[in-house]
Amino acid sequence: CCTSCCGPVVQFKLSDIGEGIMEVTVKEWYVKEGDKVSQFDSICEVQSDKASVTITSRYDGVIKKLYYDVDATALVGKPLVDIETESKEDVVETPAMAREEHTHQEIKGHKTQATPAVRRLAIENNIKLSEVVGTGKDGRILKEDIMNFLAKQTGAILPPAPVQEIQTPGPSPPSAAAPAGRPTSPSTLVKAPPPRTTPVFTGKDVTEPVKGFHKAMVKTMTAALKIPHFGYCDEVDLSRLVALRTELKPIAESRGVKLSYMPFFIKVRSKSMCSRGSPWWQASHNIGLAMDTSQGLLVPNVKNVQLLSVFEIAQELNRLQALGTAGQLGTAHLSGGTFTLSNIGSIGGTYAKPVILPPEVAIGALGKIQVLPRFGAGNQVVRAHIMNVSWSADHRVIDGATMCRFSNLWREYLENPAAMVLDLK
Amino acid sequence: MMLQLRRTLALLKGETGNQRARTGSSLPFLDSANNSSGLVLQSQSTDVYQNLALEDWIDAHVDLQQRGILLLWRNRPAVVIGRHQNPWSECNLPAMRKMGIALARRRSGGGTVFHDHGNLNLTFFASKKAYDRKRNLKVVTEALRRLRPNLDIRATDRFDILLNGHYKISGTASRLSRRSSYHHCTLLHSADRSALSTVLRPSCPGILSNATPSIPSPVANLIDHAPSLAWEELLEALVQQYNTEFGLSSVFTLVDPSNECVFPGVGNISTELRSWDWTFGRTPKFRVETLLELRDNHLPARCSAQLQMEVKGGQVESCRLDVPAGWLPLWLSRQLSDVLVGERFCPHRAAAAVTAMLRAEKGQFQSRLQNICEAVLAMMG
Repeated sequence: CCTSCCGPVVQFKLSDIGEGIMEVTVKEWYVKEGDKVSQFDSICEVQSDKASVTITSRYDGVIKKLYYDVDATALVGKPLVDIETESKEDVVETPAMAREEHTHQEIKGHKTQATPAVRRLAIENNIKLSEVVGTGKDGRILKEDIMNFLAKQTGAILPPAPVQEIQTPGPSPPSAAAPAGRPTSPSTLVKAPPPRTTPVFTGKDVTEPVKGFHKAMVKTMTAALKIPHFGYCDEVDLSRLVALRTELKPIAESRGVKLSYMPFFIKVRSKSMCSRGSPWWQASHNIGLAMDTSQGLLVPNVKNVQLLSVFEIAQELNRLQALGTAGQLGTAHLSGGTFTLSNIGSIGGTYAKPVILPPEVAIGALGKIQVLPRFGAGNQVVRAHIMNVSWSADHRVIDGATMCRFSNLWREYLENPAAMVLDLK
Repeated sequence: MMLQLRRTLALLKGETGNQRARTGSSLPFLDSANNSSGLVLQSQSTDVYQNLALEDWIDAHVDLQQRGILLLWRNRPAVVIGRHQNPWSECNLPAMRKMGIALARRRSGGGTVFHDHGNLNLTFFASKKAYDRKRNLKVVTEALRRLRPNLDIRATDRFDILLNGHYKISGTASRLSRRSSYHHCTLLHSADRSALSTVLRPSCPGILSNATPSIPSPVANLIDHAPSLAWEELLEALVQQYNTEFGLSSVFTLVDPSNECVFPGVGNISTELRSWDWTFGRTPKFRVETLLELRDNHLPARCSAQLQMEVKGGQVESCRLDVPAGWLPLWLSRQLSDVLVGERFCPHRAAAAVTAMLRAEKGQFQSRLQNICEAVLAMMG
């Protein structure tokens, strides 16, 4: 406790809340012992007979003692908290039962909010409070506002005042449109150039224990990297698919579905997996999509892709994306996947080294689609839509040649979408 | 009409046309002699978050020292819990999700209510000095008595309004801030009572907490006992009675609570009210103690596991799962408890954590682990 702020400790009593109510239940504290509070800051929430009441501080200072625990019954007129005020002048002797109003100064019909210390400073310097713009909560005038006003008047060079964060709820549109760096009120920043000082780094490293979902992901990733991965990458010319999608997009939209490239990638993946005897032959092709959500990386899957058309896959993707954004994916969506595709290219990147999600045996990462020059028929340079794919596979189960054959089949379907029509079932 | 409203609100806020931070000042010519005109607002929105945000905005920005405001509003189906209540013990969250019924936590105290198009909400805004719930309810009871003198309408000590001495047709809640207050109440005109009884049931068994409990009462709609009472007729009578009771000649205006020009910053308030952190995260600390039924297709006998959880700020603070040793090894049930701690008490958040954990676990216990995971998630609503 510094000597400059050790003022008297004041008992802040719970004031009358009307209707003759004599006791309330303390429901939530907004402060704890040792916290600094300003006048008008919220201290706690109390409840009485279906009325919820916010109790605000009458003083500036430091909370020294809370008289009640949460759920305790507090009595009106009795002490609620002890506040150590900044100086003697800040103490306003008002009986708890009489008024809930705070110090005001009425000048020409304007009510201006300021603590007694600030008012005294204004009077001593012949400043009219109505001429000072308050930058505190609810337009309250703070000591800094007086100092800035003085500096402007006398042209004195003062140490730059910290920019006050204007806490009024809901700024009016013109000032809300101002970019963050530009001050909205010129009196909050002194225009004199500040003296050059070496920056002092006051940041601290914060260590946070890994909990919940992230802890589970740590375990998953650890298990994943025990799988011997091998990678295989390739380049796919999507020019024909891009044209096809452009044609089909409005038709899908007219049916209420947003059509991206993913439904094609997923359907083709399933078609390439169809041959029995391949290491990942499974009856159900539940293809997972890596989804970046506010919680982290979630992988919901589209069930039984082998039974769905491209349009139906697109529909299901839309639904899963909506659920993912709303944070409403459940265990049924998130489990049972047999293969995963990550469309990391939608954010950025070309080649990747994806990590297999156990208990699956392979994964694919799709880079961004770029327009690049390639040699076409007759050795002409043509515009091609090129996407890179990076597969990772479990080398205990899948060998390089198998991976290559599967990737080629996948690539051929995507480079010649018309060929898919032949194999439509 | 919008221009008139802006001017009216500007008068109340004490704006002089310059953009300056609000001081809550009143203009010199608004003296007490000129106090005869009131303000009655009707919201055009049926979005519960927008309407609650409007209430908040008026409470924070309008100078209520000289005059009060009456706000009339109604919502699309929604459950509204009180400031200090526990949503998991007050309403059936899975049923609400299926029926597309929203959940909102209001800023005022009191119990849980179901809102739909057949329920009228009235908010009486006044200065803290003029806060008088009895007088406000008198507006409602007198209006109803004038409309249908044959009905027995009475306000109780708990600020409910009862029809025929038995059926609750209105509940009350209020909020007091530094200088202002608002008192709002519901009025059941033609609400869907079957939906009401479906959703006002606990989602989670075994909750122990000090959150404000709701007190269930038998309810009735006004139209059950006065079938010819139209919605507009009711609104008109209430506005008239408000003017009579407070000696006013009110200006009636329709308002759009999403209009940022008239109500700057209201969008931020409704975003906050929609957030998980406000709706669920503000739940007072509670404890769950319940039994989970365990099932395994290979075993004929059923057994149960005991679950104890402490939830603070909507997050699981501690979790203890006692599973019979023969059913699941201790280290696996500990791992499950471990993964739940630090996550929100939410079946979706927990589902993500639990499915990530299940990926790493293979072998004989996978299906049992999945079964117990599902039981835990079902318990979370």
